[in-house]
Amino acid sequence: MNQAHNIYIYLIVMALVSFAIRVTPITLLRRQIKSRFLRSFLYYVPYVTLALMTVPAMVTATRSPISGAAALIVGIIASWLGSGLFPVAVLCCLTVFLTELLIL
Amino acid sequence: MPPNNTLPSSRRAVFRSGIQAGIPIGLGYFAVSFSLGIAAKDVGLSPVQGFLLSALGNASAGEYAVLTLIAANATYLELALMTLIANARYLLMSCALSQRMSPDLPLRHRLLVGFYITDELFAIAIARPGNLDPFYSYGAISVAAPCWAFGTALGVIAGNSLPPALASAFSVAIYGMFLAIIIPAARGDRAVALLVLVSFAASAVCSALPILNAIPTGTQTILLTVLIGAAGAILFPIQEEAEGETEATSS
Repeated sequence: MNQAHNIYIYLIVMALVSFAIRVTPITLLRRQIKSRFLRSFLYYVPYVTLALMTVPAMVTATRSPISGAAALIVGIIASWLGSGLFPVAVLCCLTVFLTELLIL
Repeated sequence: MPPNNTLPSSRRAVFRSGIQAGIPIGLGYFAVSFSLGIAAKDVGLSPVQGFLLSALGNASAGEYAVLTLIAANATYLELALMTLIANARYLLMSCALSQRMSPDLPLRHRLLVGFYITDELFAIAIARPGNLDPFYSYGAISVAAPCWAFGTALGVIAGNSLPPALASAFSVAIYGMFLAIIIPAARGDRAVALLVLVSFAASAVCSALPILNAIPTGTQTILLTVLIGAAGAILFPIQEEAEGETEATSS
């Protein structure tokens, strides 16, 4: 791959920003964030980001969109029923493997 | 080890109980970071770069977001913004931890504990009563952090030798984990459920529509996160949760 940007600089940028986010409040802040908007925003952000990164990427990551879509549905059902991180991940992988065995 | 006013023996005991708490976390981390490593390999990272990604990033979603931006050859500014947004929740956790630190806890401990804030390490630190003991966190970190970083490097290495059928199957592992985080939260909270559905739809639409899909994926994620997150915060402000020891000061 012909990178116009340097991966190590990418990693340094990531490291600096994530370090600053984690360390600034713990070193400086002695009180809770008061703004209800900000607290709500920070509460919702992780779920929104993860949802955005899952769809449609999960469907396009596999060799066939059908197996990716099947894994998405299985993953949603399994996590709805209370399966943990690791079981859901394994189920999704198995779904892709078996679906592609059938259709490819 | 720096001098401290705690007895070395009790500090060692606390460190050891931290290690115990860190073992299951480390096992989980290994599985997640291994699949992250496979994704990193697809983007073109070497095992060393994968190791650095996880040793410095300490976040599954945040690191994955970084990978998508590297794949898109994004600008450094876009990457900084994305890191900020994907890791925004750690700001909140850092705030919460700051409330539980002894005022005379030295800066170096605050820096170290802060650097290793993850969902799980935050959870076990906050679950202990009283002021936060950094040595408990260090015990857990000493197990969890190596699992996380080496897991990623091994994922990159394994990704190189996987047959296509297995590579395809493993490629959804990370998304399965994302689902296992968002779906239970959506089940327990209607506002989260609605925002997740809107996010799914918005993301699918943006990648399918001709003009919108010209916007790089990372930028799309940043913009949509801010838009949908802000809309959620306005429409469904969270209830002021009872955060235990928070003193009721007026704003």
